[in-house]
Amino acid sequence: MITANPAPEAGQKPDPGLLPGRARPARRRRRQWLPYLLLLPVLLAELLIHIIPMLVGVGMSFLQLTQFYIRNWTEAPSAGLNNYRFALQFDQASGKALLHSFWTTVVFTVIVLALSWGLAMMAAVWTQRAFRGRGLVRTAFLVPYALPVFASVITWSFMLQRDNGVVNHVLVEQLGLLDDRPFWLIGDNSFIALVVVEVWRLWPFAFLALTAGMSAIPSEQYEAAALDGAGVFRQIRWVTLPNLRSVNQVLLLVLFLWTFNEFTVPYTFFGKSAPEQANLISMHIYQNSFVTWNFGAGSAMSVLLLLFLLLVTTAYLFLTRRRRDA
Amino acid sequence: MREPTWFVWSRRIGLTLLTVFALLPVWIMLTTALKPLGDVQGDFSWWPSTLSFDAFVQMWRTIPLGRYFVNSIVVSVIASVASVVLALLAAYAVSRYRFAGRQLFSVTVLSTQMFPGILFLLPLFVIFVNLGETLGIDLYGSRTGLIVTYLTFTLPFSIWMLVGYLDSVPRELDEAAAVDGNGPMGAFFRVIIPAAAPGIIAVLIYAFMTAWGEVLFASVLTDQSTRTLAVGLQGYATQNNVYWNQIMAASLTVSAPVVVGFLLLQRYLVAGMTAGSVK
Repeated sequence: MITANPAPEAGQKPDPGLLPGRARPARRRRRQWLPYLLLLPVLLAELLIHIIPMLVGVGMSFLQLTQFYIRNWTEAPSAGLNNYRFALQFDQASGKALLHSFWTTVVFTVIVLALSWGLAMMAAVWTQRAFRGRGLVRTAFLVPYALPVFASVITWSFMLQRDNGVVNHVLVEQLGLLDDRPFWLIGDNSFIALVVVEVWRLWPFAFLALTAGMSAIPSEQYEAAALDGAGVFRQIRWVTLPNLRSVNQVLLLVLFLWTFNEFTVPYTFFGKSAPEQANLISMHIYQNSFVTWNFGAGSAMSVLLLLFLLLVTTAYLFLTRRRRDA
Repeated sequence: MREPTWFVWSRRIGLTLLTVFALLPVWIMLTTALKPLGDVQGDFSWWPSTLSFDAFVQMWRTIPLGRYFVNSIVVSVIASVASVVLALLAAYAVSRYRFAGRQLFSVTVLSTQMFPGILFLLPLFVIFVNLGETLGIDLYGSRTGLIVTYLTFTLPFSIWMLVGYLDSVPRELDEAAAVDGNGPMGAFFRVIIPAAAPGIIAVLIYAFMTAWGEVLFASVLTDQSTRTLAVGLQGYATQNNVYWNQIMAASLTVSAPVVVGFLLLQRYLVAGMTAGSVK
């Protein structure tokens, strides 16, 4: 989403009436304000809801913005760098908790990304060639993506109930894999539960993107590979994956950002306080802000999160772009 | 081209397992919603002991589900329509004009998509509260506040998809409209919008679904009277673990319109994403 804006400079027919360089002077002058006028509403909305709040958020991170000052923030005393110190003191409880939540999120993101992409890739390869029932299967795969997140996560939390949920019923009574019914929404298991639900929710999107990418691969390439004696795996390795490179470049970044910022799934699962084992970073900041009403510290943590994501994204784009040029 | 036998079998098994994984919650939602209360209090069963529609009747009384519904519909409809109108204007500019700042605009708008929602949430909350305190503009706890917020969220992706669509509308149509004496906006309304209609509908659905399912901002920016389904149902499910048949009936009811809409129009939606991603 970030780089894939289809900028069609290349390969586009110049349009005499619209391209400034070719337009007749009178027409050009009259037209040049039009694109800006068309953009104005979007720019205003972005300014109001994204850009100004972001700047305000950065400002808030330097204020001692506790519950006493939220209704009149202009009177909140300056905190200097105290909020950042509070967040980053890794030998204190606050810093330790943030660091723990950060690592939980990193591990969560890596596992979810690997599983979602892996499942999606397998499913996309399996459904690449037409067979009877392919349309139905594809539609079934899109259902998790179409369901409102909160509704499906509430359903999962019912399925994961200890005493009357389907998961324990299958694992303990039907398959006999476990002797005792485990709890899924508290303790160590809550992390596993969160990963499963996140993958369930996310892989259809990857499937959609990969399927779209694969449909654009000319079948001659597969025929040529088959003539050379390449089997299924070598066709995937030498035809499918190289053709999917640009789709994957965007897809992995988008999946990373979504997963790392994930809030809806844990919030719907656990309510306002997640178990420590499944305390993702967005939940952690939310809790720190709205349970303790310490908005200054919450803002500082949000700014740190943003800096981290900017760093990763820039590095990622730099690395993938260089590899592509090489 | 012939496929090896093992591939066909791995496909059958793999796709079956994945379909079960994908649809299991739907099965649970459906069967649980049709169970009488006694069924959901004891051990799990795959089928209802008797078919019961009680849950669909009682759920409206247990929580103010009707009010949540109205709030969600008002907010999602207005936000998605407004978002598509704004996105369409911007996409037309980006698709048809070369102007200074075009690249900068695209990059800026799209990069807001990567920012964590929590980064905007705290300042928006404080801004909304303080606007109410100082200027008397009550955005906090109002539907308007939520609408403005949601419409902005869906803008980046909507613009991105619509630019892809508009680029695929041949320029010859613009020229033909110009020959017929239309100005740029005339061409936009008479030619471009009808030609890109499937894409516009797809983006509309996307924007509606996003607003319908949003939880983070709704949990903070609404109060008792403006609470949306996403927050209302979540509160119901976490504090009340007894009436699972009603909770599932409610989940099914709020999902049905979105899922049906999505599946009916998936072709357009998929094409829209393809237009943006494959180029």
